[in-house]
Amino acid sequence: MEATTTSKNSNSNGAPILSVRGLKVYFPISSGKFFVPPIPLKAVDDVSFDLYSGEALGVVGESGCGKSTLGRGVLQLIEPTAGEVVWQGHHLEGLGPKQMILYRRDLQIIFQDPLASLNPRMTIGDIIAEPLTVHYPELSKDERKQRVAKIMEEVGLLPQMINRYPHEFSGGQCQRIGVARAMILRPKLIVCDEPVSALDVSIQAQIINLIQDLQQSFGLSLIFISHDLSIVRHISHRIMVLYLGNVMEIADKLSLYDEPKHPYTKALISAVPIPDPEQEKNKQRIVLEGDLPSPLSPPTGCVFRTRCPIAQPLCAKEKPPLVDAGAKHQVACHFWDADIR
Amino acid sequence: MFAYVVRRLGSAIPTLFIVVTVAFFMMRVAPGGPFDREKQLPPEIEANILKVYNLDKPLHQQYFDYIGNIIQGDFGPSFKYLDFTVTDLILAGFPVSLRLGLAAILIAVVFGVTAGTIAALKQNSTFDYMVMGLAMTGIAIPNFVMAPLLALVFGVYLSWLPVAGWNDGALQNQILPVITLALPQIAYISRLTRGSMVETMHSNFIRTARAKGLAEKIVVVRHALKGGLLPVISYLGPATAAVITGSVVIEAIFDVPGIGRYFVTGALNRDYPVVMGVVIFYAVLIIGLNLVVDLIYGFLDPRVKVE
Repeated sequence: MEATTTSKNSNSNGAPILSVRGLKVYFPISSGKFFVPPIPLKAVDDVSFDLYSGEALGVVGESGCGKSTLGRGVLQLIEPTAGEVVWQGHHLEGLGPKQMILYRRDLQIIFQDPLASLNPRMTIGDIIAEPLTVHYPELSKDERKQRVAKIMEEVGLLPQMINRYPHEFSGGQCQRIGVARAMILRPKLIVCDEPVSALDVSIQAQIINLIQDLQQSFGLSLIFISHDLSIVRHISHRIMVLYLGNVMEIADKLSLYDEPKHPYTKALISAVPIPDPEQEKNKQRIVLEGDLPSPLSPPTGCVFRTRCPIAQPLCAKEKPPLVDAGAKHQVACHFWDADIR
Repeated sequence: MFAYVVRRLGSAIPTLFIVVTVAFFMMRVAPGGPFDREKQLPPEIEANILKVYNLDKPLHQQYFDYIGNIIQGDFGPSFKYLDFTVTDLILAGFPVSLRLGLAAILIAVVFGVTAGTIAALKQNSTFDYMVMGLAMTGIAIPNFVMAPLLALVFGVYLSWLPVAGWNDGALQNQILPVITLALPQIAYISRLTRGSMVETMHSNFIRTARAKGLAEKIVVVRHALKGGLLPVISYLGPATAAVITGSVVIEAIFDVPGIGRYFVTGALNRDYPVVMGVVIFYAVLIIGLNLVVDLIYGFLDPRVKVE
């Protein structure tokens, strides 16, 4: 069941396939008053990370912490406010839809709501084939059809379903269509934007395993966004923890789960239920006080300080930088190694 | 689909029957009659006239006679336009109204959909506000203001077009009536299109289309328009029926020999057969055009099964 951290991660010592530096995505929110300029909503605030070929990077965080925005910002589906996105040495930031076409065949995305993400007026054959018509217009109709049939088989759809419409499928099947649509271009990176959060638990496992199988057989890189820590743990090699658009901690999976350094990560991991009643009973649960602050007026200094069990006066003054805290383990906390409480 | 059409046409018969019955008795309940004059007619003459038109029979007898006649396609003679049957009147006027109405609807769809789509794509831009402002004005100005205004500007001041008249359907005589008919429709269709396109462009499958790397033009034309136009299609059914049956105001102001005037003059004169004739005609058009709309719906949206 567990993804072996080493299997497809052999490249991680080479150059990263994707580098994100200081990515910011702000949305102007109208203040509702005349002559008062809109307030920026900092959905993603200064996020940097590298992704290596064949690697699966998990992105976790609460609702509204900017996970999806980060994924779309990387793919330029939302125009980032600032920062660099470098894909195999090419800068993507600021490219318009026309210039991005070159890179779209390498960079694909699987969306959260499987049915709503499919055009209800197109057959699934047309939906899956459409990327080919844009990126490989030289293909004949028959070749296109063959490729569609092949990919449908790969994702576990029967070829005779090709002329049906999305509403005739179940949620899990719709997500298989979504996966096929993303995979048909044989991309190198897929952003999975909560691909299973809308699905039944039993179906979730099927889709996760499908994505993982495809990742391993094609050496895909994944950015896997989810709020479900168990799923992220299952599929990722490395995990990034986001809070209010800021990176709290980024580390190898084992290192993050076994030795979380950031108080927020500790709280998140302590909230994951353990499927063993004895252990679950004796588990130390860290309960965070209060609500997620509004991203319109994030706290000064460290954004997590208002809910942090070990917050100190310094946290309100200075934003903690992301610092090395062990091998391939970075954390953004002033007191990650201090023994407070 | 053929079976569906036949079934729909079959279900139109009871609808028409109800329309005919309600209209027939409502006409008779209304006070006054077709031969009431300011000056009282001698009772013998009045009795004679009533006898000629079978108005002396009991009401239920007249009703059954009428139903029997229309089943045979006989809509009876007009009481006011002597020597004309109702069929004659409709056949003479309808081609004129149809020509003007179809031109107006066509223009309205082309301009309305284009303006509405651009406004939706440039949501909250100056263009958007301008188009929607104009559309609001277009809906707010009644045609009895717009028609004389256009006649005044283009007919009297600029002398580009005739002020009124039909001239056997010469092009320049048709322009002003068509524009007057089209303007409120353009306004309405552009608002409908904008609203629905704004919604469609925010749906998830549009995001998917962009992620595929499609050019924005294809995203709009292939993915958004089909769904975005559904409300416009539904509106077009009854709107076309209303526009091609003419407008009494526009026909009066521009002196166009269409059938719009019969709706009003027939009712005012208590010209029972004419009123019944145009009501049935209008009902048939509405039923037919709604069927067409439903067929187009089934074609545009696979979730609507036409079976």
